[in-house]
Amino acid sequence: MEAWKNFKGEKWKSEINVEDFILNNYHEYQGDDTFLEGISEKTKKVWDKISELLKIELEKGVLDVETKIVSGIDNFKAGYIDKENEVIVGLQTDAPLKRIVNLYGGIRMAHTSLEAYGYELDKTVGDYFKEFRKSHNDGVFDAYTPDIRRARSAGLLTGLPDAYGRGRIIGDYRRVALYGVDYLIEQKKNDLNSIYDITNEETIRLREEVCEQIRALEEMKSMANKYGCDISVPAKNAKEAIQWLYFGYLASVKENNGAAESIGRTSTFLDIYIERDLEDGTLTEKEAQELIDQFIIKLRIIRHLRTPEYNELFAGDPTWVTESLAGMALDGKSLVTKNSFRYLHTLINLGTSPEPNLTVLWSENLPENFKKYCSKISILTDAIQYENDDIMRPLYGDDYAIACCVSAMKVGKQMQFFGARCNLAKSLLYAINGGIDEKSGKLVIENVPKITDDILDYEKTKDAYYSILERVAKTYVDAMNVIHYMHDKYAYEKIQMALHDTNVERLMAFGVAGLSVAVDSLSAIKYAKVKPIRNEEGIAIDFEIEGNYPKYGNDDDRVDNIAVDLVTKFVSELKKHPLYKDAIHTLSVLTITSNVVYGKKTGATPDGRASGVAFAPGANPMHGRDSNGALASLNSVAKVPYKDICQDGVSNTFSIVPNALGHSEEERIDNLVHILDGYFKQGAHHLNVNVLNREMLIDAMENPGKYPTLTIRVSGYAVNFNRLSKEQQKEVISRTFHEVM
Amino acid sequence: MKGYINSIETMGLVDGPGIRFVVFMQGCRLRCLYCHNPETWKKESELELTANELVKRILRYKNYFGEDGGVTFSGGEPLLQPEFLVEALKLCKQCNIHTCLDTAGFGLGNYEEILKYTDLVIMDIKALEAEPYKNLTGQNIEESFHFLEVCQKMDKKMWIRQVIVPGINDTEEYVLQLKEFVSKLKNVEKVEFLPYETLGVPKYEKLKIPYRLKDVSPMDTKRCQELYSLLEK
Repeated sequence: MEAWKNFKGEKWKSEINVEDFILNNYHEYQGDDTFLEGISEKTKKVWDKISELLKIELEKGVLDVETKIVSGIDNFKAGYIDKENEVIVGLQTDAPLKRIVNLYGGIRMAHTSLEAYGYELDKTVGDYFKEFRKSHNDGVFDAYTPDIRRARSAGLLTGLPDAYGRGRIIGDYRRVALYGVDYLIEQKKNDLNSIYDITNEETIRLREEVCEQIRALEEMKSMANKYGCDISVPAKNAKEAIQWLYFGYLASVKENNGAAESIGRTSTFLDIYIERDLEDGTLTEKEAQELIDQFIIKLRIIRHLRTPEYNELFAGDPTWVTESLAGMALDGKSLVTKNSFRYLHTLINLGTSPEPNLTVLWSENLPENFKKYCSKISILTDAIQYENDDIMRPLYGDDYAIACCVSAMKVGKQMQFFGARCNLAKSLLYAINGGIDEKSGKLVIENVPKITDDILDYEKTKDAYYSILERVAKTYVDAMNVIHYMHDKYAYEKIQMALHDTNVERLMAFGVAGLSVAVDSLSAIKYAKVKPIRNEEGIAIDFEIEGNYPKYGNDDDRVDNIAVDLVTKFVSELKKHPLYKDAIHTLSVLTITSNVVYGKKTGATPDGRASGVAFAPGANPMHGRDSNGALASLNSVAKVPYKDICQDGVSNTFSIVPNALGHSEEERIDNLVHILDGYFKQGAHHLNVNVLNREMLIDAMENPGKYPTLTIRVSGYAVNFNRLSKEQQKEVISRTFHEVM
Repeated sequence: MKGYINSIETMGLVDGPGIRFVVFMQGCRLRCLYCHNPETWKKESELELTANELVKRILRYKNYFGEDGGVTFSGGEPLLQPEFLVEALKLCKQCNIHTCLDTAGFGLGNYEEILKYTDLVIMDIKALEAEPYKNLTGQNIEESFHFLEVCQKMDKKMWIRQVIVPGINDTEEYVLQLKEFVSKLKNVEKVEFLPYETLGVPKYEKLKIPYRLKDVSPMDTKRCQELYSLLEK
């Protein structure tokens, strides 16, 4: 077959096996960045148009919304930015940055989002939908128990995907390029034929799902046809490979509005096509970079329609188009290719940007040149996050990718049921206050005794806390089971699942927020004297602390072990409850920007944190409590265990001022490489790196116009600073910036 | 025995090569006008560690050191706790950690033994002549010369550090004098100028110690670079 000319290996030709194709055909690149090319004329024209639109969007909040048609793979006409200069085509709707209304997640949520920006859904569409379709949200609320409802409205469980798409499912979009859609349909038909024992619900459901998937693949072909592309057959060259792959992704973001719609691990796969064309002389390096730049432009302008409340939780209009770069192959070679460089280089050619969420899978053994290049780009753009391939590879193999911020899964072989997070700090207050919410005074967890002691006793408080966590875990699992059952029923992601193996493994990702607050609180109770100040109802609304106590973030085992115990306890409680579709329990310590809202909803805590004050993001220590420097803080976080405990990720954000990182550029690059190496060698999982001055952020807050593209990394993603609310901007500025002593 | 330690910076990136675990030792007998760590002057500190305990902590950071990084003993004046220092340095070398001493050379002797386990000396030059030295630090210059001599005799690698303070030494004349001085030294790998800053002033208020350079503004970094370029000519 012409499309597979010169490609080596056999296994991938007889079954869907992208990993085998990559390992047989990629060329590791150990050189430096000097081969890279600048922006092309065409790309510049396209990007200039987008830049103008982005300015208007930033002012208005939303550029435009399609109100007459609802979400769907093949529901929209073809759209272009600048047709003659676009080398990669395809938009979510018929115009750039025009957003889709998705009613399947929840009708009310869609209406609220529209109203917030002054739009109204076409009446016929709205009425018909309401009359003939039930949404995911309706289903969920039919099944929610009173326990779940109380936990949800108190902010004990927050951000649950019960009114919008759950996301965090990565279709293996590479399959579209490598095999062509007809082959994928054929395989799905074979799978369908092998599911014939319909004595139980599971197989009936699976048969229905596979049929849905086949239909979605047909729709995708038709959608690509509108752009003049026949994706029924495999891609024949680099341009087609990128285009086909992108159509796979595009279909998924036309159909779905999940919080995180990540793209997977595409750079090394595509490098194989680019290398073949370069060798054939049908492509130049300049053109290769042009293809990648334009592909990345497309990923930068993915949009979903959100409510203002959603933005408060996950600020800056994030879409988590996460791309996982580099990492090692199981045979010990790195998976770094020239294309790994080209992807990062888009941050120079197009300027820095929060999306796609470029994630480097770091290994001690990555080529030095690549490590240095990452470090250099981090220092210049603050747009990269790093995750430890050396701890993920043994669990997920060498063809996994990150969904959203920190969630690893085998591409096309595993999917995730996303599950937001529960508030560990509030749970501790419930233990002290007998299940009564310290803010509202309402009873949230029934039949819990209050602690009435003058001075909190450590063992007693901890026991009470752990029994609250047992109750919370049960309610949390119940909520998740309901949500994902209903999501499958009313808002099934058919195109994404079509790009998975039929017998997929499922992970259910739970999460915690407020880890450092809970841990420091327990440490204060253990090592200092903590006296609750109670109101007339006997609810502790403040705490007096006498004496010092070890604080999380100083590499001090006395307190860090409390953190380890706490997450271990919580995950073991979760694991006691079976999950929908036999999913596997995982847990993350990740807040994204919701640490601000969580803090707002949580009263004063025994660590001395005042009521309403923001939590630290992810697994970060609380601001200003680390007194032994940044590496001690990293070492504390590194102790939070990944494997089997927090196997959905442990997020840490690290901000440093440029001068503190070293005198010269070269020193800074080397030092950052050593920081990453040192942190990950200890088994740590994730690090966001920001190299910037606090003064600059303060200035940017007052003069946003001066910093149109200022990008900073927050827990698990990057965000345009200007898109954060004032409150969130202040929170970011208040964080610890590591400076020279 | 235990060492008095003022504080620890686990990520020192400007006190020696690479990533450094910086131990700010307690105690100093100099009273430099521009000192930005007055809290390290007195002899005792809250934190006391044995050399073993300290090195155990340092080892937690070995993963970050790479080929260049290591530990830097700074202060205060690390040379004021010679026995502890020798013990700690020795242990570090046993663990294959690069050791650096950030000092003004105003200690209590025993320098040969200390330097035996020191890979790099960052020598903070206060002044080059007796009188300005006394004016700046309140002490005699001889001791630091003596330390420098031992370093030279033992062929220690050195970085020379000079704080440039407006009105005190921000002159071409002084810089040329320094150049001449350095040119006579062996094994100097680097000379660093640190422009005078006022970041330490609030500490004086907290400690209720009068600050004597109140009227001096921070050193202009551009001017500082200009002066530095005189060294290179």
